[in-house]
Amino acid sequence: MGILEVKDVNKRFGGLQALGDVNLSVAENTVHAIIGPNGAGKSTLLNCLVGKLIPDTGSVMFDGQSVLGRTPFEINQMGISRVFQTPEIFGDLTVMENMLIPCFARRDGSFALHGIRSVTSEAELRDQAEQMLEDVNMLDKRNMHSASMSRGDKRRLEMAMCLVQNPKLLLLDEPTAGMARADTNNTIDLLKEIKETRDITIAIIEHDMHVVFSLAERITVLAQGTPLVEDSPENIKGHPKVKEAYLGEAA
Amino acid sequence: MFGLNKKDGSLLLLVVALVVFAPFLLNPFPESSGWAQFNAGYPDLMQRFVIFGIFAIGFNILFGLTGYLSFGHAAFLGVGSYAAMWMFKLFGMNVLPALALSVVTSGIFAILIGYVSLRRSGIYFSILTLAFAMMSYSLAYSVLATDMDGPDKQGLLQKGLTGGETGLQLTQSDPRIFGAQTTADGNIPVPSLFGLEMRSATELNVGDWVFTFSAGYYFSAVIMLLAFYLSIRIFRSPFGMVLRSIKSNQQRLNYTGMNPRPYMLAAFVISGMYAGLAGGLMAAMDPLAGPERMFWTASGEVVLMTILGGVGTLIGPVLGAGAIKYMENIISKINSDILHSWFAFLPDGLEDIVVTMIYPFIGKGWHLTLGIIFMLVVIFLPGGLVQGGQKLAAMVRRKKTDDTKTATTEPAE
Amino acid sequence: MDAIILQILNGLDKGSAYALIALGLTLIFGTLGVVNFAHGALFMIGAFCAVTLSRLISVSHKVEIPGEVDFLGNQATRDVPYIYSIFGETAGATIIDWAVPLSILLAIPVMILIGVIMERGLIKHFYKRPHADQILVTFGLAIVLQEIIKYFYGANPIPTPAPEAFIGSFDFGALIGFDPGTIIYPYWRLVYFAFAAVIIGAVFAFLQFTTFGMVVRAGMADRETVGLLGINIDKRFTIMFGLAAAVAGLAGVMYAPITSPNYHMGMDFLVLSFVVVVVGGMGSLPGAVLAGFLLGILESFASMREVLDILPGLNQIIIYLVAIVILLTRPRGLMGRKGVMED
Repeated sequence: MGILEVKDVNKRFGGLQALGDVNLSVAENTVHAIIGPNGAGKSTLLNCLVGKLIPDTGSVMFDGQSVLGRTPFEINQMGISRVFQTPEIFGDLTVMENMLIPCFARRDGSFALHGIRSVTSEAELRDQAEQMLEDVNMLDKRNMHSASMSRGDKRRLEMAMCLVQNPKLLLLDEPTAGMARADTNNTIDLLKEIKETRDITIAIIEHDMHVVFSLAERITVLAQGTPLVEDSPENIKGHPKVKEAYLGEAA
Repeated sequence: MFGLNKKDGSLLLLVVALVVFAPFLLNPFPESSGWAQFNAGYPDLMQRFVIFGIFAIGFNILFGLTGYLSFGHAAFLGVGSYAAMWMFKLFGMNVLPALALSVVTSGIFAILIGYVSLRRSGIYFSILTLAFAMMSYSLAYSVLATDMDGPDKQGLLQKGLTGGETGLQLTQSDPRIFGAQTTADGNIPVPSLFGLEMRSATELNVGDWVFTFSAGYYFSAVIMLLAFYLSIRIFRSPFGMVLRSIKSNQQRLNYTGMNPRPYMLAAFVISGMYAGLAGGLMAAMDPLAGPERMFWTASGEVVLMTILGGVGTLIGPVLGAGAIKYMENIISKINSDILHSWFAFLPDGLEDIVVTMIYPFIGKGWHLTLGIIFMLVVIFLPGGLVQGGQKLAAMVRRKKTDDTKTATTEPAE
Repeated sequence: MDAIILQILNGLDKGSAYALIALGLTLIFGTLGVVNFAHGALFMIGAFCAVTLSRLISVSHKVEIPGEVDFLGNQATRDVPYIYSIFGETAGATIIDWAVPLSILLAIPVMILIGVIMERGLIKHFYKRPHADQILVTFGLAIVLQEIIKYFYGANPIPTPAPEAFIGSFDFGALIGFDPGTIIYPYWRLVYFAFAAVIIGAVFAFLQFTTFGMVVRAGMADRETVGLLGINIDKRFTIMFGLAAAVAGLAGVMYAPITSPNYHMGMDFLVLSFVVVVVGGMGSLPGAVLAGFLLGILESFASMREVLDILPGLNQIIIYLVAIVILLTRPRGLMGRKGVMED
């Protein structure tokens, strides 16, 4: 039994079968990559996991509980954090404030009236946030206005915001899309380090095969809304079906 | 100080000082000078400053922090006024219970309206709040003002809950079960704080100046300071931070495990209660409440104050409320005679032209001036007066550093 | 039955006005993505075009009446409009009588001009700014416009009668086979409804059958794509704004005999028209028209004595109630496209 179990999930948009009988099992404490050509249904699948979309049929179980019908914030409270394709951060807030919001969400749940105690008096959470910022080498930027940072920094901040929640499952939607090679390598190193130092499961959607094969322990190939193969990276390399799926796209 | 950091603390102290010394600050012109009519230090106007200050501070908690533009906040102002009036009519003239009922009633109203309106965002939210406010206005104007205790009786509800167009007024036959129905000399009693009448005032004559210290003003001012202090604390609290994050990126907040809706509702209700408090104070200063207080232009006015002062800043709404009410007072008092006396130094023909050109903007033309100011602020200064002040300060500072630079570089040459 | 028909008829004139204003509002929102709070002011300015024209053509000079003296013993005079000396007395009097319909000719160029100036001078700079800013700046503009009108025309309503041929009512019931006297309907309201129908038809035909209209409809569907095609969409949108202003203005011109124009009539209609747009569906033209008539008629039914006896005050709030229910159950409105501001 994996920590995330997707069973027979179907999703239609009008005449388009976006997902057809998707089965997926992500084992605890592994890095599981989901790859596939454009339009394979990767993002639709991801959206079904976080409550943005509800599948027409099938079940999605996380940690023994169904996520279907729950809102994104409830699913996050269950222990799933998501990094978006384009960084989603609180642009009007400083880096430190960006970090504190997930800290509050983790400690106080989806809603709490905190009274009128000042944010500055939350020493414990501030320490946590600072520690996390240090881990991603952003402590020196903590008072910066987050909207004015580079894209790479925004991405790192978003990652830090997800990690400070200590999620059981981290979902990454093309975390290196549009990044320069050096930044991509930094991200790979960061994810490797996270993987080694924490008990965390990572599911990653990625186009960049360099990233996929540097990180993944298990790979699912999706094509036309259906899983084609699921195997270890070694076996996926050179797998005829995978070649076909990708070549078919190129042709 | 009081759990505030140094900067916020000094801001609070500044506002306290301004409010305490307002009777002096707003009365700069000696009585015998022609300028005396532009003095703003009389109780009626000063009360309006602080009461609208409360209204705008509360509105800013919603609009400034979350970015949700409510066009129906006047409904809460009206509800607060009616609630206070009924407290005066039924139980007695003490202002504290009246204000408490104002806040509670408007809070309940805000829960109902907010629960529905907050299911939508953006322009839909604005239109929903507007629709609710217009509905309240229509109801207060008509249905709630019909004779509710039967055509043959002359009871309390003879003019309904709201009194309709003429407004809700005190009468000698009101029960006031915990107070006197009438004063010893047979008049309707006036609102008071444990016997201290709100309209009582002392005058201080210094040379040619007359300064008025009114109980009503200082009572409202204390409430305004409390409201201001509370708003600083809300801005600096985790709750305030979450509200700002809603404005910034609601999707991220959702995926960070927080439910934006109850936070929004809390902000909406708090801001509605501020409006109710302001409405209650209005009734306490002048025991009369009419439906026009709920009209949508009144909602527009508080938006205007907040924008003019500076949305999302602490001091902005207070400044905005003061500025609008002050200008209203000054500009609507100017007439063509005054204009002629101002421009008397010009040649006759030119004087007439100048006066004719300015005339549409003064006196009854105050709303025209207001609309123009409003547009200019939205177009050129979206951050309001506070942003304008900051820009100015930055400019002065830059100039200073430039000066020192030239000063230091000169000897080197 | 006759009571129902009467209420439907009664709802038509208000419904027509709602539909015409809402049409312009949603046209502007659909093409330019702008929420225009000054649109009601355009309606009001239209009504004042009628006031202006009827005043202009009645400008008179004094003519001595031979052989008569007034009570002070001076030579008696009477006011004779200058227009009599141009067209003769009979034709002149007819022109004055027909001032309101004639104002259409004045209103079209004036309103288009105002609309284009508004778009080029102000609205253009707000396309990229948040909806809240658009609401605020157009709200400011609405105040300014209505205060300008107030300055020139005063605060009191100015009665502007319809041509004499249309004053009075006729027995509509008798025409369609009911007992005489059951359905009495004023002529001018029928004229207004017919006028509104023509304008609405013209706008739809314009959008449907001209190349210009096709581009505009494409722009409403997807602004960026049309921009990519190399079509100068901005210029066309400016013209669109002028057109929407003209529609609102014409609605105002012809409404002048129904409600004496006053400077705040625009605001009164604006709030309701916004509700109409929301009910019809933001950016949907047929939705705006449908919702306009529907709400007008609903309002008229809610004002029936039988209804008011059960639910007093319903006529005052029915439109808002409908809007609230629609927004909560079907946020895109009756005919709105899916996904248009549905959050």
